[in-house]
Amino acid sequence: MSGQQGKGEEERVPMWQLFYDNIFLLLALGVAIPVVFYTLWGVMELVNLPVWPK
Amino acid sequence: MSVPTAFRTCPTTGLKVHLPAENLIKANAVVAVVFFLIGVAMALLVAMTRWPAVHLLGDEFFYRALTAHGINMLIFWIIFFEIAVLYFASAILLNSRLAAPKLGWLAFALMLAGSGLVDVMIALGKADVMMTSYVPLKAHPLFYLGMILFAVGALVGTSLFFATLVIARRDRTYEGSLPLVVFGAATAAIIAVVTIAHGAIIYIPTMLWSMGIIEHIDASTYRILWWGLGHPSQQINVAAMIAIWYLLGALTVGAKPINEKLCRTAFVLYILFINLASAHHLLVDPGVSSTWKIWNTSYAMYLAVLASMIHGMTVPASIEVAQRRKGYTKGLFEWLKKAPWGNPSFAALTLSIVIFGFIGGITGVTFGTEQINIISHNTLRIPGHFHATVVGGTTLAFMGVTYYVLPLIFRRQVVAQALAKIQPYLFGVGIVMVSLGMTFAGSYGISRRHWDITFAGATLQPAVDPTVYLLLGIMGIGAILAVLGALLYILITVGTVLAGKKTG
Ligand code: HEM
Ligand SMILES: [Cu+2]
Repeated sequence: MSGQQGKGEEERVPMWQLFYDNIFLLLALGVAIPVVFYTLWGVMELVNLPVWPK
Repeated sequence: MSVPTAFRTCPTTGLKVHLPAENLIKANAVVAVVFFLIGVAMALLVAMTRWPAVHLLGDEFFYRALTAHGINMLIFWIIFFEIAVLYFASAILLNSRLAAPKLGWLAFALMLAGSGLVDVMIALGKADVMMTSYVPLKAHPLFYLGMILFAVGALVGTSLFFATLVIARRDRTYEGSLPLVVFGAATAAIIAVVTIAHGAIIYIPTMLWSMGIIEHIDASTYRILWWGLGHPSQQINVAAMIAIWYLLGALTVGAKPINEKLCRTAFVLYILFINLASAHHLLVDPGVSSTWKIWNTSYAMYLAVLASMIHGMTVPASIEVAQRRKGYTKGLFEWLKKAPWGNPSFAALTLSIVIFGFIGGITGVTFGTEQINIISHNTLRIPGHFHATVVGGTTLAFMGVTYYVLPLIFRRQVVAQALAKIQPYLFGVGIVMVSLGMTFAGSYGISRRHWDITFAGATLQPAVDPTVYLLLGIMGIGAILAVLGALLYILITVGTVLAGKKTG
């Protein structure tokens, strides 16, 4: 693979580079992953704890 | 549609500098240093109280100073500086105009009003709740309001960063992918969004609770949501610090990463996984399951740790390659011996990498396991760890980049060069002593956030190993050195901004 900038105007951009260049996709994933695995999962566990009987 | 904007061309770097962006960078950086000064004053008071030989403050003032220290340093100093970094990385490094500078000033005003409100409430004694403000500790509603205003301001600033990326791409002010430093700043900005969202979710109901509108806030739920803010906010620092490492590598010795793809991959690992590790703050909390803890800390955290190790290798490697290219090829270490140790930015960069990587990294990873966490939880090992990361790492890196911001953005020659040369060493050595003193005292079971480890006057007195007094003495002396190093930094920056010789 060439990392050089030749006259590569028409050179195909690799898939990973397209992914890394897509800041807003990264933003969406970067928010969704912790919110699902840390926040929602954690809060669901707390919500499902049995309440101490009065 | 073209908007008339004012640009100047930097004579040193050839970068096109958008003047409204430059003014915002200046304002945020100056205010950051003011909050740093408050934090340093409080650091001295707190450290001189935790050093048993001095035991300076009474109990009430100790907790007030500790609250002020944590918040002014960790939140206000760091985030004001980071907003400046975001504007710099987007508008200046991309040769672009900054999106909506007026909104930038609104963000600045919100952050300033919020932080001012918080500090006033702390000073009035209405918010002795420490930076975590765990419920049921209750502060005045205006304290929470201040935090919310600050967070909203920071969110607006972060949005301007993203908007500027869009403008720069549309106007084609750069070619190909974002430069690596900007990509690192984008990582910080993405993590900031997670941070601020959790902040809003937790501080708004807590404010209503302190106003008496909501009756009860569950302590466990508070902790989960608060650490959704508390942990990621530290990862903003990590990402911003590493972006600055790459920047300083380039500025000080002309370093270029050997393989940028690897560096970018490491940043992407941060984006995807680092925030799951918030769970490491809750490893001794009873409400959440082991499955949740192990998934979020082990599997996810190690991917993020891997990323840090990658950066910790690629930055020094790029420096070595750059030095060898200059002809310093004798033996294994000539490149290191002939490095510009008298350049305060290079000294700060190197110390930042070593302190963050070795002391911060090693101490931190161990606490991330349940078995060790239960021993170290709430002991001085914890502040021992994060003074290596956020102080020896992030704060030193910010100091290092300041020595370039002063001539390039403020266009003033740094005053007192001789003192600037020793400043990073003084601060670095001091903070290493603080960090190690705390870490080892913590291994002897000494609590963090504790006014009197001897429990004088209590019915039962715990045995305190005499070694602890030595260790806390090391911490105390280190604290004095670090405070001197910090004051030197403040004097040099303020002196330069006010009286430095104009350049360009
Ligand atoms: C100038 C050098 C500094 C010294 C000597 C210093 C010293 C201390 C000491 C002695 C404590 C109290 C530990 C305890 O009793 O539990 C502390 C806490 C803390 N420090 Fe520093 N510190 C310094 C700089 C910083 C900086 C630059 C930051 C952040 C960027 C920072 C963040 C914190 C935080 C978050 C706490 C914990 C507060 C809490 O437990 O609520 N410190 N520091
Ligand atoms: Cu954390």
